[in-house]
Parts: sequence; structure tokens; C-alpha cells
Amino acid sequence: MRVVKYVIIGNSAAGIGAVEKIRQLDKSGEITIISSEPHHTYSRPLISYLLQGKTDKQRMKYRDDDFYKRNKCTFLAGKTVTRICPDNKYVELDDKKTIPYDKLLVAAGSSAFVPPIEGLDTVKDKFTFMSLDDARKLQASLGKEKKVLILGAGLIGLKCAEGILDKVKEITVVDLAPRILSSILDDEGARIVQDHLERKGMKFILSSGVKTFDGNTAILDNGASVDFDILVIAVGVRPNTKLLAGIADIDKGIIINDRCETSAKDIYAAGDCTQSVDVSTGQSKIMALLPNAYMQGECAGANMAGADMSFAKAIPMNAIGFFGLHIITAGSYYGDVYTDKKDGGYKKLFYGSDRLNGYILIKNVDKAGIYTSLIRERTPLSSIDFSLICERPGLMAFTKEERVRKLGGADL
Amino acid sequence: MKRVYVNEKWCLACHLCEYYCAFAGTGEKDMARALKGIRINPRIKIEEKDDISFAVSCRHCKEPLCVKGCITGALTVSDGVVTINSDKCIGCFTCILCCPYGAISYADDKTVLKCELCIRTADRTPACVKGCPNGAIVFEERG
Repeated sequence: MRVVKYVIIGNSAAGIGAVEKIRQLDKSGEITIISSEPHHTYSRPLISYLLQGKTDKQRMKYRDDDFYKRNKCTFLAGKTVTRICPDNKYVELDDKKTIPYDKLLVAAGSSAFVPPIEGLDTVKDKFTFMSLDDARKLQASLGKEKKVLILGAGLIGLKCAEGILDKVKEITVVDLAPRILSSILDDEGARIVQDHLERKGMKFILSSGVKTFDGNTAILDNGASVDFDILVIAVGVRPNTKLLAGIADIDKGIIINDRCETSAKDIYAAGDCTQSVDVSTGQSKIMALLPNAYMQGECAGANMAGADMSFAKAIPMNAIGFFGLHIITAGSYYGDVYTDKKDGGYKKLFYGSDRLNGYILIKNVDKAGIYTSLIRERTPLSSIDFSLICERPGLMAFTKEERVRKLGGADL
Repeated sequence: MKRVYVNEKWCLACHLCEYYCAFAGTGEKDMARALKGIRINPRIKIEEKDDISFAVSCRHCKEPLCVKGCITGALTVSDGVVTINSDKCIGCFTCILCCPYGAISYADDKTVLKCELCIRTADRTPACVKGCPNGAIVFEERG
């Protein structure tokens, strides 16, 4: 049999998921993995923990040192793909070298969005917070006398804030939204987390944007001004789609089907650069989350290697914590609401039409995955003891037959 | 591969599995002395309601969502056993978000806890299985 040439653009979760799956199924194919970054595969979400001193360069490696060798793949580090030629099936690198492929995976991730704010060019110390190099640059400029302004109270901005809080004089976070973590929390949940972060010393200015920058001063749209030494821009990310522009269908992200195929033959896509169907709503959207990225990469890898695998269970889901306060959320927030605020925790379950659509858990996050699975699997709530599972997630809420299957191994 | 399976019909809700689990790996000789006065963090936990009870621990899934979702690479599969590298784990709890069995928990040290089938202990038979007085938890090969 002819040796298949697999080329993977991207060296994070989706790319790694593809490598692992391809190698499981095809021992002899040639795998080339290409990364713009010069680093061994590392866990991107750990960059805030790196600044916090809770991990280091070695421990934040996403896979062991021998990963590429063990999986017999050629790792082209620090090389950027500049062009895909689908007709002649090769990719071109920034050094003009070309690499032929039979099956191509675009797992190019996303990039920080830098909004065009007037005067941004007058700010000297400004950073984004997406990569190991971003984190190191920011780290080099930190200091106990520095004031930090973070644009964006989302997951990236606030994890960055947590990572550097005790290394700077003060942190002010500005966001256009009226609440923090607006993509994963409702007003009440956001208030709890904001109070917690304020007690730790962070300052927030919400429902406000920066109108202009003038050196080390930000003028907000309400006329107020904020002085700072360091600016971190974390207003959002944009999927890296441009390699497939004019080649495959792109909406906000690269459009993929359940097999992680793009509309272009033999070209697959996975991870943060894609958009796919969120089963909690049935709508196609970007779900730039590491677990989804890995599973899409794995699915793409399987299909690239000739298997038939489908990944049709993507939902938004997040586990995040700040200074010991844990937050787990999944799905979409619509329908009827079950609320529980006992013991200083916060739980909201959103349900309707016999299905769980989404949930928010703050503080007590035990067994959250049972709720996640109800959303992912679209489990009919009439088939379980819903009032029990509202109170506490557990296998007890399932029927005896279902428990026997789960604990007796039939579901494995 | 041999896994831990549970038959709720035989579970007495005695919670001994939890104690044996917490005791496993302590290196102590006497369980009562080893666990006296401490809050245990077992990797197997009893669910109970009315007259139904059963133990829940990691299923060591063939397609483990926790491993696929792990953001650090701390969770891996080694000879079929889902294992946790506590040195790499930073306690983000993405695995708790992913596990459909609610089988991953956490203790005060912030890294997660999960059953590893006692692979790091001397005789490689899970302590919960050995300690169950009624045969409700077994370690065997099934389909």
C-alpha cells in the first residue's frame, strides 16, 4: 500500500489529537506537523499559571518530550504555512519550501483580536495574551510598581489578571459588557465572581470601552481616564481562517461537518479556527475550547487515516477558577431555570422540551460532568429522576437498568 | 482488561471501600490508626438514597473524555488505566466538567483525584475490591 502523506498545520490540542489518532490507525504514513511557534507542544491555557509560578516550561508541555519521535512525525517548528495549493496538493512555507500532502488538516487556532482604538500606537508596553511568547514578554515587563490595564473581562483577560495580580501594583479591567465573563456567566453569577475578584484587589470598570489612548492614559467613552504602565488586550479572539480563504467555505470560522471535513477535498479542519454545530442549540458557531479542539482533531485524524469517525457532540463548556473559586459551565442558557444558592454556592440549570440545555456551577462543582453528559447526549429528562439530579448530580438519578449498564461496564 | 465493576444489589452502604481506598498507598500498617482524625479523600465514593447504594469510581473508559479534555496532558492512558500525573495537574477541573460518571474528585491540594486501579501499590488488586465485605465491588475482565 502506498504511504499516505499527512500534513497538519498547528501544534496544539487539535493537531496533537490528529497525530495521536492517525498513528493509532496508520503505523506507516508520513506525518508532518507544522507550527509557527518554535516550541514543543504546550498547553496554551497554562500561560497564566506560568506567570503565577504554578507551572513551568517543562511541566506545561502538552505531551512528553519524546512525543514527535514516538509518533514518528516530522515536526517543523517555527515554520509558517503561507499558502495551500489544493490543486497540486501541497503547502508552501515562509521559507518557500513546499510540502506535499494527501490529507491536510488545518488546525491553525485563533489569534488575539486587537481593536483599532485611536492612539493605540502611542502605548509603549502593550501585550496580547495567547501564546507562551506573549506571556514571557508580559512577564519581562511586570513590576511591583506597575499599574496594569486589561481590556476585556473574559476568560483570557481574567486569567491573565489572576496570574499577575501579586506581581504588580494594581490591575484595572475594562469591558464593554455590563458583567464579567459575559460569555459563560449570567448577571448574578458574574456578580459573585466579580465580588470575589474585587476582594482579591482587582478593579473593574464595566459597560465601558476605551475611546482613545494617549501614551500611558486611556480615555474611556464615559470621559473618565485611567493611567497605566502596562496594557493587556484581551477583548477576544479571531479564528485563523485565511489559509483556506477561497479554498473552502468559511463563515466566522472554517465550516466543518461532523467528520471534520471542510468543503475542500482532502482538507480537514479542527479546533479554534473552525465553527461547527453546538448540539445544545443546533446552531453552528465557534466553540474555541480545548476539549472540543482535541476531539475534533482526533476525529479529523481518524477520517484522514481512512476510518469513519464522527464528532457531533460539541457544546460550549468551560472549567475555570480564580483564587480557589471554581466555576464550571456548559451548554446554552435558555428555557426554564432551576436555581440553588445554598452553602454560598451558585447553581443554575437551564432546561426545556425534556432536555437540559445548559448549566452554571460556582463553588460546588462536584460531579459537574453528569450535567454535561445530559446536555451532550440530549438525554430525555423524563427518563431520569430530574428533581433529584437538580438537587445533586449523581448516577442515582438514572434508572436501575441504566446504572447497571454504567457501573457494570456495558457503556465502556 | 480487568476493571472495577459494581453490583448495587450487594452494596451495604458500609463505606468501607472509601476507607480502604484512602488507606491504600499510605504505607501504614493499621488502617484505623492511619485514618484516625483525618478527613479522607477516597477515589471511590458511595452514592446512597433510601435503600439503594452503590460505589462509583473511574470506569477507565475506552474513549475517556477526561483524557481527551485534559488541558495539561496530566491525564493519560497507560495500559488501559487512566492515570493522573499530579505534578502536571493544575486543578483546572476540566476533567470534572467532562466525566459523565462524576468519578473525578478533588482534595485540598487542588490537584484532582481519581482511581488508578491501585497500579502503584504492591499487589495490584484494588483495595476497594479487597476490602468490600460483601462482594459488591469486583475486579474482573468483562466483554
